[in-house]
Amino acid sequence: MAAEGHGPLAQFEIKTLIPLKMGEIDVSFTNSALFMSLTLVLVTLFLVLGMRQRALIPGRWQSMAEMSYEFVANLLRDTVGNEGRKYFPFVFTLFMFILFGNMLGMIPYSFTFTSHVIVTFAMALTVFVGVTILGFVKHGLHFFSFFVPPGVSVVLWPLMIPIEIISYLSRPISLSVRLFANLTAGHTMLKVFAGFIISLGVVGGVLPFAFVVALTGLELLIAFLQAYVFTILTCFYINDALHLH
Amino acid sequence: MPQLDPSTFAPQLFWLVVTFVLLYLAMWKIALPKIGSILQDRQERIDDDLEKAEKLKQDAEAVREAYEKTVAEGRNKAQDTIRAASEKMAAEAASQHAALTEKLNAQTAEAEARIDAAKEQALANIRTVATDVTQAAAGKLIGREISEADAEKAVASVLDEERH
Repeated sequence: MAAEGHGPLAQFEIKTLIPLKMGEIDVSFTNSALFMSLTLVLVTLFLVLGMRQRALIPGRWQSMAEMSYEFVANLLRDTVGNEGRKYFPFVFTLFMFILFGNMLGMIPYSFTFTSHVIVTFAMALTVFVGVTILGFVKHGLHFFSFFVPPGVSVVLWPLMIPIEIISYLSRPISLSVRLFANLTAGHTMLKVFAGFIISLGVVGGVLPFAFVVALTGLELLIAFLQAYVFTILTCFYINDALHLH
Repeated sequence: MPQLDPSTFAPQLFWLVVTFVLLYLAMWKIALPKIGSILQDRQERIDDDLEKAEKLKQDAEAVREAYEKTVAEGRNKAQDTIRAASEKMAAEAASQHAALTEKLNAQTAEAEARIDAAKEQALANIRTVATDVTQAAAGKLIGREISEADAEKAVASVLDEERH
Protein backbone atom coordinates (compact mmCIF):
# COMPACT_ATOMS: atom_id res chain seq x y z
CA MET A 1 0.00 0.00 0.00
CA ALA A 2 2.80 2.39 0.93
CA ALA A 3 4.77 1.58 -2.23
CA GLU A 4 1.64 1.88 -4.31
CA GLY A 5 0.83 5.24 -2.69
CA HIS A 6 4.03 6.72 -4.09
CA GLY A 7 4.09 5.00 -7.46
CA PRO A 8 3.83 7.04 -10.65
CA LEU A 9 0.28 5.83 -11.23
CA ALA A 10 -0.99 6.49 -7.72
CA GLN A 11 -2.02 10.01 -8.72
CA PHE A 12 -4.67 8.56 -11.01
CA GLU A 13 -6.43 6.60 -8.28
CA ILE A 14 -10.08 7.37 -7.69
CA LYS A 15 -10.70 7.97 -3.99
CA THR A 16 -14.21 8.09 -2.66
CA LEU A 17 -14.77 11.17 -0.51
CA ILE A 18 -18.51 10.87 0.17
CA PRO A 19 -20.07 7.46 -0.52
CA LEU A 20 -23.40 7.85 -2.32
CA LYS A 21 -25.78 5.35 -3.87
CA MET A 22 -28.58 5.97 -6.34
CA GLY A 23 -30.52 2.71 -6.41
CA GLU A 24 -27.99 0.07 -7.34
CA ILE A 25 -25.62 2.57 -8.97
CA ASP A 26 -22.56 3.92 -7.19
CA VAL A 27 -22.56 7.73 -7.51
CA SER A 28 -20.06 8.47 -4.76
CA PHE A 29 -18.50 11.92 -4.66
CA THR A 30 -14.86 11.15 -5.49
CA ASN A 31 -11.70 13.21 -5.96
CA SER A 32 -12.54 13.20 -9.66
CA ALA A 33 -15.99 14.63 -8.93
CA LEU A 34 -14.37 17.20 -6.62
CA PHE A 35 -12.16 18.53 -9.41
CA MET A 36 -14.99 18.48 -11.91
CA SER A 37 -17.02 20.58 -9.48
CA LEU A 38 -14.04 22.86 -8.91
CA THR A 39 -13.78 23.30 -12.67
CA LEU A 40 -17.48 24.11 -12.86
CA VAL A 41 -17.18 26.73 -10.11
CA LEU A 42 -13.90 28.25 -11.35
CA VAL A 43 -14.98 28.57 -14.98
CA THR A 44 -18.28 30.14 -13.94
CA LEU A 45 -16.60 32.54 -11.50
CA PHE A 46 -13.84 33.37 -13.99
CA LEU A 47 -16.35 34.42 -16.63
CA VAL A 48 -19.15 35.88 -14.51
CA LEU A 49 -16.96 37.82 -12.10
CA GLY A 50 -14.61 38.81 -14.91
CA MET A 51 -17.49 40.42 -16.75
CA ARG A 52 -19.19 41.98 -13.71
CA GLN A 53 -18.00 45.50 -14.53
CA ARG A 54 -19.14 45.31 -18.15
CA ALA A 55 -16.46 47.87 -18.97
CA LEU A 56 -16.28 49.27 -22.48
CA ILE A 57 -12.51 49.23 -22.14
CA PRO A 58 -11.82 45.91 -20.43
CA GLY A 59 -9.42 45.39 -17.55
CA ARG A 60 -7.05 42.42 -17.41
CA TRP A 61 -9.55 39.95 -16.06
CA GLN A 62 -12.34 41.01 -18.39
CA SER A 63 -9.87 40.87 -21.28
CA MET A 64 -9.07 37.27 -20.44
CA ALA A 65 -12.74 36.33 -20.25
CA GLU A 66 -13.38 38.05 -23.58
CA MET A 67 -10.30 36.46 -25.09
CA SER A 68 -11.48 32.96 -24.21
CA TYR A 69 -14.88 33.80 -25.72
CA GLU A 70 -13.40 35.17 -28.91
CA PHE A 71 -10.83 32.39 -29.17
CA VAL A 72 -13.51 29.71 -29.28
CA ALA A 73 -15.88 31.85 -31.34
CA ASN A 74 -13.21 32.43 -33.99
CA LEU A 75 -12.26 28.76 -33.94
CA LEU A 76 -15.86 27.79 -34.59
CA ARG A 77 -16.41 30.48 -37.22
CA ASP A 78 -13.22 29.62 -39.10
CA THR A 79 -13.99 25.91 -39.26
CA VAL A 80 -17.78 25.77 -39.47
CA GLY A 81 -18.87 29.25 -40.54
CA ASN A 82 -21.86 31.19 -39.32
CA GLU A 83 -24.13 28.14 -39.12
CA GLY A 84 -21.95 26.97 -36.25
CA ARG A 85 -23.19 29.71 -33.91
CA LYS A 86 -25.90 27.41 -32.56
CA TYR A 87 -23.31 24.99 -31.21
CA PHE A 88 -21.12 27.70 -29.69
CA PRO A 89 -22.30 27.21 -26.07
CA PHE A 90 -21.54 23.49 -26.28
CA VAL A 91 -18.14 23.92 -27.93
CA PHE A 92 -17.22 26.68 -25.50
CA THR A 93 -18.26 24.57 -22.50
CA LEU A 94 -16.23 21.67 -23.84
CA PHE A 95 -13.13 23.84 -24.28
CA MET A 96 -13.33 25.50 -20.88
CA PHE A 97 -14.14 22.23 -19.09
CA ILE A 98 -11.14 20.42 -20.58
CA LEU A 99 -8.81 23.42 -20.30
CA PHE A 100 -9.58 24.07 -16.63
CA GLY A 101 -9.54 20.33 -15.91
CA ASN A 102 -6.09 20.03 -17.47
CA MET A 103 -4.77 23.16 -15.77
CA LEU A 104 -6.10 22.20 -12.33
CA GLY A 105 -4.31 18.90 -12.84
CA MET A 106 -1.01 20.78 -13.10
CA ILE A 107 -1.26 21.83 -9.47
CA PRO A 108 0.80 19.41 -7.32
CA TYR A 109 -1.29 16.91 -5.28
CA SER A 110 -4.35 17.69 -7.38
CA PHE A 111 -6.28 15.25 -9.52
CA THR A 112 -6.57 15.36 -13.32
CA PHE A 113 -10.00 14.07 -14.30
CA THR A 114 -9.13 14.33 -18.02
CA SER A 115 -6.49 11.61 -17.48
CA HIS A 116 -9.26 9.06 -17.12
CA VAL A 117 -10.20 7.42 -20.37
CA ILE A 118 -13.80 6.89 -19.28
CA VAL A 119 -14.25 10.65 -18.88
CA THR A 120 -12.61 11.59 -22.18
CA PHE A 121 -14.41 8.74 -23.93
CA ALA A 122 -17.76 9.91 -22.59
CA MET A 123 -17.11 13.40 -23.90
CA ALA A 124 -15.85 12.12 -27.26
CA LEU A 125 -18.82 9.78 -27.58
CA THR A 126 -21.20 12.67 -26.79
CA VAL A 127 -19.57 14.68 -29.57
CA PHE A 128 -19.65 11.70 -31.95
CA VAL A 129 -23.28 10.79 -31.31
CA GLY A 130 -24.40 14.42 -31.34
CA VAL A 131 -22.61 15.11 -34.61
CA THR A 132 -23.99 11.97 -36.24
CA ILE A 133 -27.54 12.85 -35.19
CA LEU A 134 -26.93 16.37 -36.48
CA GLY A 135 -25.83 14.96 -39.84
CA PHE A 136 -28.93 12.79 -40.15
CA VAL A 137 -31.27 15.59 -39.10
CA LYS A 138 -29.64 17.97 -41.56
CA HIS A 139 -29.28 15.64 -44.56
CA GLY A 140 -31.47 12.59 -43.89
CA LEU A 141 -30.26 9.44 -45.63
CA HIS A 142 -28.15 11.64 -47.89
CA PHE A 143 -25.76 11.76 -44.94
CA PHE A 144 -24.41 8.37 -46.08
CA SER A 145 -22.90 10.07 -49.10
CA PHE A 146 -20.35 11.38 -46.60
CA PHE A 147 -18.69 7.97 -46.78
CA VAL A 148 -18.17 8.25 -50.53
CA PRO A 149 -15.07 10.37 -51.10
CA PRO A 150 -15.61 12.90 -53.88
CA GLY A 151 -13.61 12.56 -57.07
CA VAL A 152 -12.87 8.86 -56.58
CA SER A 153 -13.77 6.51 -59.42
CA VAL A 154 -16.50 3.93 -58.85
CA VAL A 155 -13.96 1.13 -59.16
CA LEU A 156 -12.35 2.22 -55.92
CA TRP A 157 -15.61 2.55 -53.97
CA PRO A 158 -15.54 -0.96 -52.49
CA LEU A 159 -12.14 -0.08 -51.06
CA MET A 160 -12.73 3.53 -50.09
CA ILE A 161 -16.15 3.27 -48.47
CA PRO A 162 -15.11 0.75 -45.77
CA ILE A 163 -12.02 2.87 -45.06
CA GLU A 164 -14.14 5.97 -44.68
CA ILE A 165 -16.61 4.17 -42.41
CA ILE A 166 -13.84 2.77 -40.23
CA SER A 167 -12.16 6.19 -39.99
CA TYR A 168 -15.51 7.74 -39.07
CA LEU A 169 -16.23 5.16 -36.40
CA SER A 170 -12.75 5.49 -34.92
CA ARG A 171 -13.25 9.20 -34.31
CA PRO A 172 -14.52 8.91 -30.71
CA ILE A 173 -11.68 6.52 -29.88
CA SER A 174 -8.92 8.69 -31.33
CA LEU A 175 -10.47 11.82 -29.84
CA SER A 176 -10.71 10.37 -26.34
CA VAL A 177 -7.45 8.39 -26.34
CA ARG A 178 -5.47 11.41 -27.57
CA LEU A 179 -6.51 13.51 -24.59
CA PHE A 180 -6.33 10.73 -22.04
CA ALA A 181 -2.96 9.38 -23.23
CA ASN A 182 -1.32 12.80 -23.41
CA LEU A 183 -2.40 13.73 -19.92
CA THR A 184 -1.62 10.33 -18.40
CA ALA A 185 1.79 10.07 -20.05
CA GLY A 186 2.75 13.61 -19.09
CA HIS A 187 1.74 13.25 -15.48
CA THR A 188 3.34 9.84 -15.17
CA MET A 189 6.61 11.15 -16.60
CA LEU A 190 6.56 14.09 -14.19
CA LYS A 191 6.06 11.71 -11.30
CA VAL A 192 8.82 9.35 -12.47
CA PHE A 193 11.38 12.14 -12.77
CA ALA A 194 10.25 13.66 -9.50
CA GLY A 195 10.93 10.24 -7.94
CA PHE A 196 14.50 10.36 -9.33
CA ILE A 197 15.14 13.59 -7.44
CA ILE A 198 14.52 11.80 -4.17
CA SER A 199 16.43 8.65 -5.03
CA LEU A 200 19.49 10.51 -6.42
CA GLY A 201 19.82 12.84 -3.43
CA VAL A 202 20.78 16.51 -3.26
CA VAL A 203 23.73 16.43 -5.69
CA GLY A 204 22.50 13.93 -8.24
CA GLY A 205 18.96 15.19 -8.02
CA VAL A 206 19.76 18.52 -9.67
CA LEU A 207 19.52 17.08 -13.15
CA PRO A 208 16.10 15.42 -12.80
CA PHE A 209 14.90 18.48 -10.93
CA ALA A 210 15.83 20.71 -13.88
CA PHE A 211 14.16 18.19 -16.14
CA VAL A 212 10.98 18.26 -14.08
CA VAL A 213 10.93 22.08 -14.23
CA ALA A 214 11.26 22.01 -18.01
CA LEU A 215 8.70 19.21 -18.26
CA THR A 216 6.22 21.21 -16.19
CA GLY A 217 6.41 24.00 -18.76
CA LEU A 218 5.86 21.48 -21.53
CA GLU A 219 2.93 19.96 -19.66
CA LEU A 220 1.30 23.38 -19.28
CA LEU A 221 1.58 23.78 -23.04
CA ILE A 222 0.13 20.30 -23.58
CA ALA A 223 -2.70 21.04 -21.15
CA PHE A 224 -3.75 23.96 -23.33
CA LEU A 225 -2.93 22.27 -26.62
CA GLN A 226 -5.00 19.15 -25.91
CA ALA A 227 -8.02 21.26 -24.93
CA TYR A 228 -7.53 23.15 -28.18
CA VAL A 229 -7.15 19.97 -30.24
CA PHE A 230 -10.26 18.40 -28.71
CA THR A 231 -12.22 21.57 -29.43
CA ILE A 232 -11.02 22.10 -32.98
CA LEU A 233 -11.67 18.46 -33.89
CA THR A 234 -15.19 18.83 -32.50
CA CYS A 235 -15.56 21.89 -34.76
CA PHE A 236 -14.34 19.86 -37.75
CA TYR A 237 -16.81 17.10 -37.01
CA ILE A 238 -19.66 19.60 -36.74
CA ASN A 239 -18.54 21.09 -40.04
CA ASP A 240 -18.50 17.63 -41.66
CA ALA A 241 -22.01 16.92 -40.40
CA LEU A 242 -23.32 20.27 -41.67
CA HIS A 243 -21.56 20.41 -45.02
CA LEU A 244 -20.56 16.77 -45.82
CA HIS A 245 -16.95 16.98 -47.05
CA MET B 1 -3.69 1.21 -14.09
CA PRO B 2 -6.41 2.95 -12.06
CA GLN B 3 -8.01 4.26 -15.27
CA LEU B 4 -9.08 0.76 -16.27
CA ASP B 5 -10.92 -0.14 -13.07
CA PRO B 6 -14.59 -0.47 -14.11
CA SER B 7 -15.90 0.07 -10.60
CA THR B 8 -14.87 3.74 -10.81
CA PHE B 9 -16.70 4.35 -14.09
CA ALA B 10 -20.20 4.90 -12.73
CA PRO B 11 -19.42 7.68 -10.22
CA GLN B 12 -17.10 9.41 -12.70
CA LEU B 13 -19.70 9.35 -15.45
CA PHE B 14 -22.43 10.50 -13.09
CA TRP B 15 -20.49 13.51 -11.88
CA LEU B 16 -19.20 14.25 -15.36
CA VAL B 17 -22.78 14.51 -16.59
CA VAL B 18 -23.84 16.60 -13.59
CA THR B 19 -20.96 19.08 -13.73
CA PHE B 20 -20.84 19.30 -17.51
CA VAL B 21 -24.56 19.94 -17.84
CA LEU B 22 -24.43 22.55 -15.06
CA LEU B 23 -21.43 24.23 -16.71
CA TYR B 24 -23.22 24.12 -20.05
CA LEU B 25 -26.29 25.79 -18.54
CA ALA B 26 -24.16 28.41 -16.79
CA MET B 27 -22.31 29.21 -20.01
CA TRP B 28 -25.39 29.11 -22.22
CA LYS B 29 -27.70 31.14 -20.00
CA ILE B 30 -25.40 33.44 -18.02
CA ALA B 31 -21.77 33.82 -19.07
CA LEU B 32 -21.89 33.76 -22.86
CA PRO B 33 -24.85 36.17 -23.30
CA LYS B 34 -23.07 38.54 -20.93
CA ILE B 35 -19.79 38.48 -22.83
CA GLY B 36 -21.57 38.47 -26.18
CA SER B 37 -23.62 41.53 -25.33
CA ILE B 38 -20.64 43.57 -24.17
CA LEU B 39 -18.65 42.59 -27.24
CA GLN B 40 -21.59 43.59 -29.40
CA ASP B 41 -21.97 46.88 -27.51
CA ARG B 42 -18.31 47.61 -28.10
CA GLN B 43 -18.56 46.71 -31.77
CA GLU B 44 -21.61 48.96 -32.14
CA ARG B 45 -19.82 51.76 -30.36
CA ILE B 46 -16.81 51.37 -32.65
CA ASP B 47 -19.03 51.26 -35.73
CA ASP B 48 -20.88 54.32 -34.49
CA ASP B 49 -17.62 56.20 -33.94
CA LEU B 50 -16.37 55.17 -37.34
CA GLU B 51 -19.61 56.36 -38.89
CA LYS B 52 -19.28 59.69 -37.08
CA ALA B 53 -15.70 60.04 -38.24
CA GLU B 54 -16.78 59.26 -41.79
CA LYS B 55 -19.49 61.93 -41.61
CA LEU B 56 -17.07 64.50 -40.23
CA LYS B 57 -14.65 63.66 -42.99
CA GLN B 58 -17.37 64.19 -45.57
CA ASP B 59 -18.28 67.52 -43.98
CA ALA B 60 -14.67 68.63 -44.08
CA GLU B 61 -14.48 67.54 -47.69
CA ALA B 62 -17.58 69.63 -48.53
CA VAL B 63 -16.10 72.66 -46.81
CA ARG B 64 -12.85 72.19 -48.71
CA GLU B 65 -14.72 71.95 -52.00
CA ALA B 66 -16.69 75.12 -51.24
CA TYR B 67 -13.46 76.91 -50.35
CA GLU B 68 -11.77 75.79 -53.54
CA LYS B 69 -14.80 76.85 -55.55
CA THR B 70 -14.70 80.31 -53.95
CA VAL B 71 -10.99 80.63 -54.64
CA ALA B 72 -11.46 79.59 -58.25
CA GLU B 73 -14.32 82.06 -58.69
CA GLY B 74 -12.24 84.86 -57.18
CA ARG B 75 -9.36 84.01 -59.48
CA ASN B 76 -11.62 84.06 -62.54
CA LYS B 77 -13.12 87.33 -61.47
CA ALA B 78 -9.70 88.88 -60.95
CA GLN B 79 -8.58 87.70 -64.36
CA ASP B 80 -11.70 89.20 -65.95
CA THR B 81 -11.03 92.51 -64.24
CA ILE B 82 -7.41 92.49 -65.35
CA ARG B 83 -8.42 91.66 -68.90
CA ALA B 84 -11.04 94.44 -69.02
CA ALA B 85 -8.61 96.97 -67.56
CA SER B 86 -5.87 96.04 -69.99
CA GLU B 87 -8.28 96.21 -72.92
CA LYS B 88 -9.47 99.63 -71.82
CA MET B 89 -5.91 100.85 -71.41
CA ALA B 90 -4.93 99.50 -74.82
CA ALA B 91 -7.88 101.29 -76.44
CA GLU B 92 -7.01 104.52 -74.66
CA ALA B 93 -3.37 104.25 -75.70
CA ALA B 94 -4.39 103.63 -79.30
CA SER B 95 -6.68 106.67 -79.38
CA GLN B 96 -4.04 108.88 -77.78
CA HIS B 97 -1.50 107.59 -80.25
CA ALA B 98 -3.80 108.44 -83.14
CA ALA B 99 -4.45 111.95 -81.82
CA LEU B 100 -0.75 112.57 -81.33
CA THR B 101 0.03 111.29 -84.82
CA GLU B 102 -2.59 113.60 -86.29
CA LYS B 103 -1.23 116.59 -84.38
CA LEU B 104 2.32 115.80 -85.42
CA ASN B 105 1.28 115.42 -89.05
CA ALA B 106 -0.45 118.80 -88.92
CA GLN B 107 2.62 120.43 -87.38
CA THR B 108 4.85 118.79 -89.99
CA ALA B 109 2.65 120.05 -92.79
CA GLU B 110 2.63 123.55 -91.35
CA ALA B 111 6.41 123.51 -90.91
CA GLU B 112 6.90 122.30 -94.48
CA ALA B 113 4.63 125.14 -95.76
CA ARG B 114 6.64 127.63 -93.77
CA ILE B 115 9.91 126.24 -95.16
CA ASP B 116 8.54 126.46 -98.72
CA ALA B 117 7.51 130.10 -98.19
CA ALA B 118 10.90 130.96 -96.72
CA LYS B 119 12.58 129.23 -99.63
CA GLU B 120 10.49 131.21 -102.15
CA GLN B 121 11.30 134.41 -100.40
CA ALA B 122 15.00 133.55 -100.23
CA LEU B 123 15.02 132.81 -103.95
CA ALA B 124 13.30 136.10 -104.66
CA ASN B 125 15.83 137.92 -102.53
CA ILE B 126 18.67 136.16 -104.35
CA ARG B 127 17.38 137.49 -107.65
CA THR B 128 17.31 141.10 -106.41
CA VAL B 129 20.72 140.85 -104.79
CA ALA B 130 22.19 139.17 -107.86
CA THR B 131 20.79 141.89 -110.14
CA ASP B 132 22.31 144.59 -107.93
CA VAL B 133 25.64 142.80 -107.77
CA THR B 134 25.61 142.18 -111.53
CA GLN B 135 24.82 145.80 -112.26
CA ALA B 136 27.53 147.09 -109.96
CA ALA B 137 30.12 144.53 -111.08
CA ALA B 138 29.41 145.07 -114.75
CA GLY B 139 29.70 148.83 -114.19
CA LYS B 140 33.08 148.40 -112.58
CA LEU B 141 34.29 145.90 -115.19
CA ILE B 142 33.21 147.64 -118.37
CA GLY B 143 33.32 151.16 -117.07
CA ARG B 144 29.79 152.08 -117.86
CA GLU B 145 26.44 151.79 -116.31
CA ILE B 146 24.19 148.97 -117.53
CA SER B 147 20.49 149.21 -117.19
CA GLU B 148 18.77 147.42 -114.44
CA ALA B 149 16.62 145.57 -116.98
CA ASP B 150 19.66 144.13 -118.74
CA ALA B 151 21.15 142.98 -115.48
CA GLU B 152 17.92 141.44 -114.49
CA LYS B 153 17.68 139.60 -117.79
CA ALA B 154 21.19 138.22 -117.44
CA VAL B 155 20.56 137.01 -113.91
CA ALA B 156 17.26 135.49 -114.91
CA SER B 157 18.89 133.60 -117.80
CA VAL B 158 21.56 132.16 -115.50
CA LEU B 159 19.11 131.30 -112.73
CA ASP B 160 16.66 129.77 -115.16
CA GLU B 161 19.52 127.80 -116.74
CA GLU B 162 20.44 126.58 -113.32
CA ARG B 163 16.90 125.66 -112.59
CA HIS B 164 16.29 123.72 -115.76
